[in-house]
Amino acid sequence: MKKDIILSGVGGQGILSIATVIGKAALKEGLYMKQAEVHGMSQRGGDVQSNLRISDQPIASDLIPSGKCDLIISLEPMEGLRYLPYLGKEGWLVTNETPFINIPNYPEQDKLMNEINKLPHKIVLDVDKVAKEVGSIRVANIVLLGATTPFLGIAYEKIQYSIREIFQRKGDEIVELNLKALAAGKEIAEKLM
Amino acid sequence: MSKQLLLGDEAIAQAALDAGLSGVYAYPGTPSTEITEYIQLAPITKERNVHNRWCTNEKTAMEAALGMSFVGKRALVCMKHVGMNVAADCFINSAITGANGGLIVIAADDPSMHSSQNEQDSRFYGDFSLIPMYEPSNQQEAYDMVYNGFEFSEKIGEPILLRIVTRLAHSRSGVERKAQKEQNQISFGNDPKQFVLLPGIARKRYKMLLEHQADFVKASEESPYNQYIDGPNKKLGIVACGIGYNYLMENYPEGCEYPVLKIGQYPLPKKQLSQLIESCDEILVLEDGQPFVEKQLKGYLGIGFKIKGRMDGTLSYDGELNPDSVALALGKENRSEFTVPNIIEMRPPALCEGCGHRDMYTTLTQVLNEEYPTHKVFSDIGCYTLGANAPFNAINSCVDMGASITMAKGAADGGLHPSVAVIGDSTFTHSGMTGLLDCVNANSNMTIVISDNETTAMTGGQDSAGTGKIEAICTGLGVNPEHIRIVTPLKKNYDEMKKIIREEIEYNGLSVIIPRRECIQTLSRKKRNK
Repeated sequence: MKKDIILSGVGGQGILSIATVIGKAALKEGLYMKQAEVHGMSQRGGDVQSNLRISDQPIASDLIPSGKCDLIISLEPMEGLRYLPYLGKEGWLVTNETPFINIPNYPEQDKLMNEINKLPHKIVLDVDKVAKEVGSIRVANIVLLGATTPFLGIAYEKIQYSIREIFQRKGDEIVELNLKALAAGKEIAEKLM
Repeated sequence: MSKQLLLGDEAIAQAALDAGLSGVYAYPGTPSTEITEYIQLAPITKERNVHNRWCTNEKTAMEAALGMSFVGKRALVCMKHVGMNVAADCFINSAITGANGGLIVIAADDPSMHSSQNEQDSRFYGDFSLIPMYEPSNQQEAYDMVYNGFEFSEKIGEPILLRIVTRLAHSRSGVERKAQKEQNQISFGNDPKQFVLLPGIARKRYKMLLEHQADFVKASEESPYNQYIDGPNKKLGIVACGIGYNYLMENYPEGCEYPVLKIGQYPLPKKQLSQLIESCDEILVLEDGQPFVEKQLKGYLGIGFKIKGRMDGTLSYDGELNPDSVALALGKENRSEFTVPNIIEMRPPALCEGCGHRDMYTTLTQVLNEEYPTHKVFSDIGCYTLGANAPFNAINSCVDMGASITMAKGAADGGLHPSVAVIGDSTFTHSGMTGLLDCVNANSNMTIVISDNETTAMTGGQDSAGTGKIEAICTGLGVNPEHIRIVTPLKKNYDEMKKIIREEIEYNGLSVIIPRRECIQTLSRKKRNK
């Protein structure tokens, strides 16, 4: 088992919260893991990415080679496209469709969707909308994570376990809300696959 | 013991605590900050009263750590690579004094300049100071090197330099811990004059250090971190330093066909290097940062053995290594299936919405651009460096910690008016105060803006050494209190702010304007944690 994942978004969106859930689940499975994060200057509203590598064999590089990435998880549609040179032929892009516009020359949205639609394997969803339907905008990242679960190579129950572990100190209600968000994301992805 | 998922920085911190650390000394700097933060939050730090307060700059950090080593205790100093320049005076001399308690200096290099103004390679400092160096390839090695490094430092009586790079510092992986050691008791070395570097003593100490060089090479030859891994194809021999080894192995998942010398400890192991050179037709050096090993192997004239690396263009001279660049150097290629669509735009970092620096720059640029077209603004290292970007386009320089004040002074000395410096509170106490004293003594005709957000913001909101003391420092250094002006950078105060800026530019002498409002990131964190 080997999964190379790129998480992308804009500084402050919280891509590392998604990485934390996947990482905990991978550890529970007894897998090897390397996760290169972005700290420092780039966190201030700039583009951010994290390379997450999971395998049942020891992993050499912290960075994913070009053309070898299995899954791009993006909280922002333009940011996902930035890492396409890393995506493998059979790789999936799972992305939020709502743009985060903090630059004056942000591309037109239909042109952006046009580029995403050219990809053979993609899931596009409005995570904020789904999160609101589930109960809170604050679980948007978990909705997106849910939409990636068919491609993660980690059992869904392990992801659920990981969410319980991470959110238990915030109370049962928060745990349930996040589990609901996870399920909602998964359901959408399965329909779009 | 089960494995813990740790950043490279956290592995270093945990190892130091497990090895009986008595104090960590550091100034925040990407990618080294998380080492000290981890120690600050670890429960054992409080239990054992491990010193963990941030220092004013890297020089004070290095000196305090040497003092702790003087009394026989184990100390850790952490900094980013450019911090080594600030600490260099003490660092180089600490090789001459030697160490008593174990002393490890962490230099976190930033090849590709993810958050830095250059990509200097700290291994040159290790070579320059003539002390042994470690360079881990993964988080577990980083842990082991620090855990065992204190003992090695005490054995040889010298500080050790541990050099990491961003990709190791900020990458997480499984780390297995070792048994917790006790802290050292106070003890002093046998030579009461060891730390008194008068020329007569320093000459003796320096000769001793030179005599030890052969022992350091021998230690490298016997080190578990330097490994000779034979391969059947002798057309090429590969020297892979630190994380360069990872990118090599990424390209040979089934094992490398060429002989490989994996380097994790310096000075370079002569025996294994000679073996590699004797058995292979040519050598490829894979090292992250500058061509430190390649240069040594090649020699100045580059005649004799064929050495490939960054200097002959096999790899780019600048920028960090990655699996793709190393593949190309090995005659392989990682092909992309997709390209970046050309509609994708750059998204540079920017000052947060609601940040006080924004209000400071808005008013400052309005006054300067509209009323003083001959102005120049000298800025510094911090979030406010982002004032270089649109919509502000406000600054004309950013060089090194504290340089805003002194460069503005030099420009004012040269006849520039208005000559304006913009510096943050933490950078001011790091390296701006001495420059301010120069300005006071010369009564330079310039305006200094100390944009005070009461934290070290760019690195994530660590304590700032001057919080609550900025005016007192300025007054104490001799700035005329009438020309120390404090404002609250908010939209409603724009008129007042502009009036003050105008008045102080018009004043023929030295002025300090302090726009003060807490960083909105630290403020919202405090509110969340309430």
